[in-house]
Amino acid sequence: MSGAPVVEVKGLWTVYGDLVVHRDLDFSVMPGEVVSLVGGSGSGKTTLLRQMLGLERPHRGSIRVFGVPLHTCDAGLFKKIRKRWGVLFQHGALYSALSVFDNIALPLRELHAFDADFIRDIVIVKLDAVGMDKRHASTMPADLSGGMIKRVALARALVLEPELVFLDEPTAGLDPDSSEAFVKLVRDLHIKLNFTVVMATHDLDTLVSVSDRIAVLADQKVVVCGRLDEVVRYDHPFIRDFFLGERGRRALSAAPALQTN
Amino acid sequence: MPVRDPDVQVTVAGDGARVVHLSGAWDIRALESRAAALQSALRDAGPAQVSLWDLTQIQRFDHIGAMLVWRTWGRCRPSRLQLNREHEIFFGACESAEAVASAPAAPDRFPLLLALGRGVWAVSRHVLEILELFGQLLIDAATVVRQPVLRPWREFSAAIYKIGAQALGITALVGFLIGVVLSYLSAEQLRLVGADVFIVNILGVGIVRELGPVVCSILVAGRSGSAITAQLGVMRVTEELDALSVMGISNTLRLILPKMAAIAVALPLLVLWTSGVALVGGAVSAKAELGMSFFQFFSALPAAVPEVNLWLGVGKGVVFGVLIALIACHFGLRIQPNTESLAAGTTRSVVTSITAVIVADAIIAVIFSDVGWS
Repeated sequence: MSGAPVVEVKGLWTVYGDLVVHRDLDFSVMPGEVVSLVGGSGSGKTTLLRQMLGLERPHRGSIRVFGVPLHTCDAGLFKKIRKRWGVLFQHGALYSALSVFDNIALPLRELHAFDADFIRDIVIVKLDAVGMDKRHASTMPADLSGGMIKRVALARALVLEPELVFLDEPTAGLDPDSSEAFVKLVRDLHIKLNFTVVMATHDLDTLVSVSDRIAVLADQKVVVCGRLDEVVRYDHPFIRDFFLGERGRRALSAAPALQTN
Repeated sequence: MPVRDPDVQVTVAGDGARVVHLSGAWDIRALESRAAALQSALRDAGPAQVSLWDLTQIQRFDHIGAMLVWRTWGRCRPSRLQLNREHEIFFGACESAEAVASAPAAPDRFPLLLALGRGVWAVSRHVLEILELFGQLLIDAATVVRQPVLRPWREFSAAIYKIGAQALGITALVGFLIGVVLSYLSAEQLRLVGADVFIVNILGVGIVRELGPVVCSILVAGRSGSAITAQLGVMRVTEELDALSVMGISNTLRLILPKMAAIAVALPLLVLWTSGVALVGGAVSAKAELGMSFFQFFSALPAAVPEVNLWLGVGKGVVFGVLIALIACHFGLRIQPNTESLAAGTTRSVVTSITAVIVADAIIAVIFSDVGWS
């Protein structure tokens, strides 16, 4: 965990009409970390994620990814940055007109650097890496289950070997088993490939099992960002409800970091 | 240490063995622009099993780099290989995901015959399904007649507004222009033979009997047919159709019947409207070209165009309306939950309904060929 931050958000304001979503928000992610963004519905997690991806422009403030200011850099540089990150959207966002294979192959084909045979081999490696059988390569996204959609979407997000991966609600809509398997997959891949992860999530189990640091979005800013035990000790109504309610206690009891407490 | 570009060096060790050194960044960012050159450099380094491969100087490595090397090795590890421990997993991935070559599908023996057969099969299935839908709608209509509480009045009036009232502007514009153009062209010819007064017959019969209904129906097929198909298609994608079914609400009764009834009511009225405006356009042009007054034009109209033509036009409106609604709903219900199918379904719906309108018009023209002449 050394070097310059991969993502650095400074003095961010997001305003929709009269509604202030983010007020002077600061947030940063160091290389190799897994940082989770948590917050209630409407706290602006997804908005913040979309701003870090350059899909939305903040009202005020700066967002730097790999040290480059996203909203003021020139288009060529921004395009290069976009090849260095991978994004897993909440509902997968697989291209419904393309098969699983073509979905994963698309980013590689867009590089115009590799021949079709090579791309086929890479796609099979990636399918294998996310635990999908080769048989599913020709399946259309509409015929996949929720868990498989997430896996294929993850394979697509990882196909350009990103240094930074954004996960938006990675386990939303999955049953506990597939959710656990998916979290384990992300954790294993993170250990193997050592990318940085920024994740927005509601799911306490996911949060507890993969995050290095947790950023809590409430009152229009990041009220606390730190290790699980630091966050839990911080006194804030949202944190009390979220982590120290019954569900929260159950999830925390499984966390190795807190068992000494 | 700065990251260097990927490089391949071949040296010969003291004992005469060839050593291939790979160094620098072998990741996607570096390989993106150099894949072909490096591939040929690796191939020039000789067969995999002969040399010692030294991969310890590689600074950055990923699946793409590993696959590039793996493929030049012929998909197996060389017997002598020096590799950084943390790079091991990339070759592990290549090994475990051994590619299977998919056998190409056997070519069809009679492609033309097969295509013809598939076409006939598809068309007959469409026709059967449309008939089935029509039958279901008749049953629904009978249910609605017996149980007045089920009558979907709100949906019906909303559809009348969308399909009928909102189309008044565009149909008037198109009708007026067609009337003007037709009148202008005919006037030129009629003046040559001094038969100016027959402009009323040409325009009257042509517009009321043919052009009004057909032009209006084509506009509605493009405008409302596509909208109905797309709406039903998106409702399929978002599972709204299933949500209706599980509540025990009939899709056909609640969604399709009111739309079909609305088109069957609105289209004949639109046909009258379009024909009327087109006749006004014709009269304007006749006044300008032939100096025929409006009074003269419209008072000659009843004699030139027997009343039955009007009913023929209105009847065509009803038939075309039912056809458009049936085809639009049929293709809407067949849409699969993906974007491609939505696009293809909407296109097919519009093309089919316009074709169906023209075919039906031709059939009606033949059936009523000796009706309505003065």
